[in-house]
Amino acid sequence: MRETTSILPLTLADVTWAVDGRTLLTVAAAEIHKGRRTVVLGPNGAGKTLFLKLCHGLIRPTAGRVAFSGSGGDARAPKRHAMVFQKPVMLRRSVQGNLRHALGLAGVGFFDRRRQVPAILAEFGLAELAGRPARVLSGGEQQRLAIARAAAVRPELLFLDEPASALDPTATRQIEELLLRLHGEGLTWVMTTHDLAQARRLADDVLFFHGGRLLEAAPAATFFTAPRTEEARAFLESRLFW
Amino acid sequence: MDGGATLTTMTASLIRAVDPAFLGIVLISLKVTLTAVGCAGLVGFPLGAALALGRFPGRSLLIVVTNAFMGLPPVVAGLAVFLLLSRSGPFGGLGLLFTPGAMMVAQFVLVLPIIVALTRQTIEDLWLEYRDQLTSMGADRLRAIPTLLWDARFSLVTTLLAGLGRASAEVGAILIVGGNIAGFTRTMTTAIALETSKGDLPLALGLGAVLMSLTFAINGLAYAVSRLGARYAG
Repeated sequence: MRETTSILPLTLADVTWAVDGRTLLTVAAAEIHKGRRTVVLGPNGAGKTLFLKLCHGLIRPTAGRVAFSGSGGDARAPKRHAMVFQKPVMLRRSVQGNLRHALGLAGVGFFDRRRQVPAILAEFGLAELAGRPARVLSGGEQQRLAIARAAAVRPELLFLDEPASALDPTATRQIEELLLRLHGEGLTWVMTTHDLAQARRLADDVLFFHGGRLLEAAPAATFFTAPRTEEARAFLESRLFW
Repeated sequence: MDGGATLTTMTASLIRAVDPAFLGIVLISLKVTLTAVGCAGLVGFPLGAALALGRFPGRSLLIVVTNAFMGLPPVVAGLAVFLLLSRSGPFGGLGLLFTPGAMMVAQFVLVLPIIVALTRQTIEDLWLEYRDQLTSMGADRLRAIPTLLWDARFSLVTTLLAGLGRASAEVGAILIVGGNIAGFTRTMTTAIALETSKGDLPLALGLGAVLMSLTFAINGLAYAVSRLGARYAG
């Protein structure tokens, strides 16, 4: 059914992104590996969201290369990566309407959509909300729907932009558990956060950004115990100012 | 208050009389206006959305022209449609001139720019909000159009009402292309114009009152439906 060739690793080399000659993001080299939980860490305005958008193809690098391996590198290939935005746009339809719409855009046929939606609702604990208008859900429920909607198309790689930044601790824990479960089922994800504790809980690999530059890329254990840059040390000690 | 009371009495007596000719006028008005606005909506919504999302040379010019045509004088539109539909005009063979069909065409021409222009603005604003999300989910601009139109549906009701207001209040265009033929192309507005110039002010006032009441009723209904829907869908 699904292609077996992986789109991972995702490789970035000498990437810059500039607007009107002003460079807003610089990534000398970065790799996203299959099966690793990558956490993009950094203070506000560090370039985390830009990095995700670049990887996801929403913006094109001014210079350098963002390349998926295998067929994923072909822009025409069906997208095998999805993204959950910091403020996901809920369509003015029901919860299941949102899921059906996402499946439709991914090329799933009408009858298959009707068949798949109940299973997805159940999988993400949304069954009781199926008929509710998506825009009146609570923040935590909306975020769960946003993740369900992105994961419904069975991507290999999922980008998440601050998925729990606006949630209370309970909702945050639910989202983290959901992400760990999806990872256990074979989904590779990359998420941004400025929450150190969350990064420690979730990360296999850390990409640390500051001031629009990727400063460190390291396994989590290494990064948290022996950061190489002064900025990372400052951030870990919560004394980084920008 | 006195004028209002007089108006109510006159309207009541008019309706009590249930003049079949009078009823016919109201029905023709409704038929022409609702058909014209309905068709303009069917054409104008997708066209407005396409103009909002399209990237082609001359787009800015087209937007300015559409906006300018919102102020197209009805008599000018009527004249243009008259020339097109007249015996020697390019569409003379259709035999539409001085029929309700011709009036529908004229009102369609008047309403279409309003719907296209207002839809374009609404959809363009919505696209700013939806762009990244829809692009991420795999929608190109063309595929985004139906999604955006559906999500803008409550705003678009107001757009449709603006068109309806233009059409139902209009007299110049339908007078020219319809001819104000009693029982065939005589509408409320053309009848009011005629009765006023004949000096039959009570009838003119009565028709005016009915026209206003219908307009209120339609707008009230549309507002209620759209508010209810908006509250439900968020």
